[in-house]
Amino acid sequence: MIRRQRLAAGVCALLAALTAGLAFPSTAVADETQQAAPKVELVLDVSGSMRARDIDGDSRMAAAKQAFNEVLDATPKEVQLGIRTLGANYRGNDRKAGCKDTEQLYPVGPLNRTEAKTAVATLAPTGWTPIGPALLKAADDLNGGDGTRRIVLISDGEDTCQPLDPCEVAREIAAKGIGLTIDTLGLVPDAKTRDQLSCIADATGGTYTDVRHKEELSDRVGQLVDRAADPVVTPVATEGAAECTKAPSLKSGLYTDREEFGRQRWYKVDVKPGQELRASVSVADDRAVNPDYGVLLRAVTMHGREIVRGEAAGNGRTDVISTGLRYPKPGSDDDTATAETVCLQVTNSFSAAAGVKTTPGLPLELTVDVVDGPSKASDVASFGLGRGWWLLGALILSGFLAGLVWGWLSRWRVAVWRTN
Amino acid sequence: MRITRVLGAALLALGLAAGPAAADSSPSPSASDDGKAPSRAGTSFRTATEIEQGQQATASGSTGDYLYWSFPADAGQRPTVKATVKLPRTHGAQTWQIDVYDGLRRRQSCQYGSATRTAGQGAASVELACVLRTVRAWSEPWANDPLPGTYYIRLTVVDLGAADLGLPVSAEVRADSEDIGGAAAVDGSLAKPLVPGIAVKSEAEQDGAKSAVLSSIEPDDGWSSGWWTDRWVWTAVGGLLAALAGIGGYALTRGSGRPSRVPPNV
Repeated sequence: MIRRQRLAAGVCALLAALTAGLAFPSTAVADETQQAAPKVELVLDVSGSMRARDIDGDSRMAAAKQAFNEVLDATPKEVQLGIRTLGANYRGNDRKAGCKDTEQLYPVGPLNRTEAKTAVATLAPTGWTPIGPALLKAADDLNGGDGTRRIVLISDGEDTCQPLDPCEVAREIAAKGIGLTIDTLGLVPDAKTRDQLSCIADATGGTYTDVRHKEELSDRVGQLVDRAADPVVTPVATEGAAECTKAPSLKSGLYTDREEFGRQRWYKVDVKPGQELRASVSVADDRAVNPDYGVLLRAVTMHGREIVRGEAAGNGRTDVISTGLRYPKPGSDDDTATAETVCLQVTNSFSAAAGVKTTPGLPLELTVDVVDGPSKASDVASFGLGRGWWLLGALILSGFLAGLVWGWLSRWRVAVWRTN
Repeated sequence: MRITRVLGAALLALGLAAGPAAADSSPSPSASDDGKAPSRAGTSFRTATEIEQGQQATASGSTGDYLYWSFPADAGQRPTVKATVKLPRTHGAQTWQIDVYDGLRRRQSCQYGSATRTAGQGAASVELACVLRTVRAWSEPWANDPLPGTYYIRLTVVDLGAADLGLPVSAEVRADSEDIGGAAAVDGSLAKPLVPGIAVKSEAEQDGAKSAVLSSIEPDDGWSSGWWTDRWVWTAVGGLLAALAGIGGYALTRGSGRPSRVPPNV
């Protein structure tokens, strides 16, 4: 009887869940992206040092040209590829002029292989290494469109146009544009070049590669271009507030924001009774930070009561620290029950040494999913069922005892009946 | 006559009792190597390459890259993640690590396995492993128990000399799982597996539009509905045995033949 009731309850719950699913489809428009064309710009250093003949006996320039030819042949159709050079034209010694020397060799757009190859063939190692300005221009080249944007920077020396730190330029670019990544490749780099290029890559969530052989270069650039062609969700930029009442209201989707050291960000999500809120947050360290860090995500009611929290801490080298939480809001029998506004608070405990720039803030990625709530567990065990030899033993013993008692009872009754 | 019947019942009981034991040792899901295993890795949660359980995914990258993969794990499974990193010919000592995150990007602890390992100077490769806790169908919202859904693997070097940064490495990653079965079956279940972006995905499906999703992961045979567990077999067999034992007990009290006190010719 009890089992039947439970089954009936289960069927009812199933039906309820189904109708709820049909009646309240989660209203999410946050990342409704049709696949826009991914854009890639290859930024090639054509400074004088590219003449050095130390890549498999060939000059760095020759290796780069060969790699470009191979990459251009293998570029996927959907990728819009552009090429920009730095230090290709100005031969003089004037630093000011040399640091403006960056040129778009091939515009970002549908690729014409022959044209692009011809353009690459004309290059000859010439001038300065203005990485910072070239990155700024490259970011402009990639403007517009919703697709992923990627800059592949190939250089053999550090920036010669201080004080504009290319690393900070990269961070500014990442803070401006959504989903722009800079991958860097160092051709036979020295320690300083490596530091600078890896710093640029870290600032935008890109990768750094050390190239010493020809095939490494073409393989890696090809891989990076392919990676750009992978469809990914483009996050929506949002700006969290310093308190819940002013916080932006979010729906299901993927969002990005920036959070400075030691600050909090608040967001709001509406959760109807019987729905479950799932939120996860990742805070990336795009600059040099101290080795101990953490992130805290709290779901708080409008009145300031904490519902649930997710926390994570770590130490050592990392790209992001992330955590998440779920909050199933209990269902309500009252049809007029309104959605509850849940405040999400994100704080981080990253810290940086003195002298590290604190603006723009650290990149923050927030995913929000509002789905149907889970079915409640009424027992630890599945449906209250048991398993194991102890269960069998107990059942057999109780069955046996029941049989004995029943037998004795009936014998006694027969005996009583006989004597009467 | 009666003795043979009791014996027969006992034998039957024994045979039935062996039933649950057989159900207990259900085999782990067979590895399917038919599909083409991915030969690349993502570089963030957002771009993680999706792999299936039993697939040997490979990727080439540079020392210092953060390589991400994701795989589905269902209730009752205990996933094991293994990774092998082939290091460049010359390098200094470096420490590699795998971290596993669940669909809410919460880090999941490893029960066993060395998830962090240091490769000595010049070592050819380093092997890492992480055995996760058993995935449950349901847990309190305040717990971080593993739940059915997407699991992210992050492979990276956590400690290295500056000169090793950016050198080419190749990695192999594989996620398998052992089926724990009814021992891990719990009551309650999630309405939707813990797959990021699933709310957006279901919306897009209704629109008929095909768009990129955070995670489109699903096991080969779909997510388990959660109602089947070998506890049904155990409990049913237990009930049956109890009934047989009841009959046995009843039979014992009856003795054989007619009661002695009853006079003949009644």
